[in-house]
Amino acid sequence: MLKIENLTKSYENKVVFKELNLEINDGEVLSIVGPSGIGKTTLLKIIAGLCGADSGKMVIDGQKINVTEKNQNALIGVIFQDFNLFPQYTVLGNITLAPRIVKNIETDQANSKAKKILDELGIEDKADLYPYQLSGGQKQRVAIARALAMEPKILAYDEPTSALDEFSTGQVVEVIKELKKREVTQMVITHDMPFAKKISDRIFDFKKEIVTK
Amino acid sequence: MHYIFSILPDILSGLNITVGLFFLTLIGATPLGILMALGMRSQFFVLRWLLNAYVWVIRGTPLMLQLMFVYFGLPIASNNEIVFPKMTAAVVVFILNYSGYFAEIFRGGIQAIPQAQYDAAGVLGINRRQTFQKIILPQVFKIVLPSFGNEIINLIKDTSLGYVISLVDILYIAQGHAVADVTLLPYVIVAAIYLIFTALATLIMKRIEFNYREWK
Ligand SMILES: Nc1ncnc2c1ncn2[C@@H]1O[C@H](COP(=O)(O)OP(=O)(O)OP(=O)(O)O)[C@@H](O)[C@H]1O
Ligand SMILES: [Mg+2]
Repeated sequence: MLKIENLTKSYENKVVFKELNLEINDGEVLSIVGPSGIGKTTLLKIIAGLCGADSGKMVIDGQKINVTEKNQNALIGVIFQDFNLFPQYTVLGNITLAPRIVKNIETDQANSKAKKILDELGIEDKADLYPYQLSGGQKQRVAIARALAMEPKILAYDEPTSALDEFSTGQVVEVIKELKKREVTQMVITHDMPFAKKISDRIFDFKKEIVTK
Repeated sequence: MHYIFSILPDILSGLNITVGLFFLTLIGATPLGILMALGMRSQFFVLRWLLNAYVWVIRGTPLMLQLMFVYFGLPIASNNEIVFPKMTAAVVVFILNYSGYFAEIFRGGIQAIPQAQYDAAGVLGINRRQTFQKIILPQVFKIVLPSFGNEIINLIKDTSLGYVISLVDILYIAQGHAVADVTLLPYVIVAAIYLIFTALATLIMKRIEFNYREWK
């Protein structure tokens, strides 16, 4: 699904990582662990096209991507650490905005699809609320729904448990496992080793650059 | 009372100038201010520098002086080549002036929106223009609404500065009556009109702020 070869990234003169290699298989859950500041979020941003790398190769679902530039292909659905929902839109509005304005899908069609996703995530009753009216766990599921609505090739989470309590963490585990059953390829950045072990097919240790399990 | 009603129609005939100047300025200076605010965040150093200099000059000199400069000064300097009709001169100067203030307000508002909102839009494939229109700008409006409302109240009162170029607005007409009839009543009437006008503007701004309170 995703293949990265010899990826190098630096900010100004400071090298964040050098000649990194990583592969994510179709339908698997890959966790990426490593100490703070090592470049996990930076890697996610490059994969998602939010920033360019210095050099390297990347292929997503057979498509060659130019890693040295930003790009907006929406191939990767991202669930940010702080969720980054759009405050002025309701839950439904957050989910349907991109399908409507990027893919030009009719509002009715976008709405019914969004409701179906919300239903699967167990928050269909929140459709008309605004982000500020939701708990952290609910916001996260809205962020997942918003990403899924664009039918990305990979769903990528940045520290999904860092803002959640034990109960909500348990719920994310369920959501990730449920999406895995439906063969959604997922990449999870986390500090939380027990959590990584629960959800992952493989774990990539960013520091040692090795994959386990 | 009889006197008031006798001069009221005459004073009200200046309302189209006062109200016209207000709305034309608002309609012209708001988009211009937003564009300038965007330019002030541009990666082009020269553009940023020019816009900052512009805002500095516009905000650093009196609006009255700017009016005199354009209406009286330019004809003198150009041997009567550049001459504007009064209303045109006023509208141009007011739009240029208020766009400077609006630019500064919107710049602050845009700066307050975290990069995270742009990132979230970016990974969904939403292009830059739509990100600004549909995601950033509504949040900016919410932030700048109170200071924007303040400027609108100022604008209502500033329309009276048209007086220096003899723009025949409500104040100019009232002044004529006050001098001719040796009375203070015309001033009271225009004061009442400005008060009604600002009260209306305040109500409308409150209403808009209320609508924006639906989300945080
Ligand atoms: N925009 C930037 N400009 C300059 N340096 C940056 C920038 N963003 C990140 N860095 C640096 O790059 C390094 C990697 O940052 P990154 O956020 O990717 O780490 P991380 O592994 O996600 O850490 P954490 O676990 O704390 O989230 C850090 O040293 C950071 O200071
Ligand atoms: Mg990080």
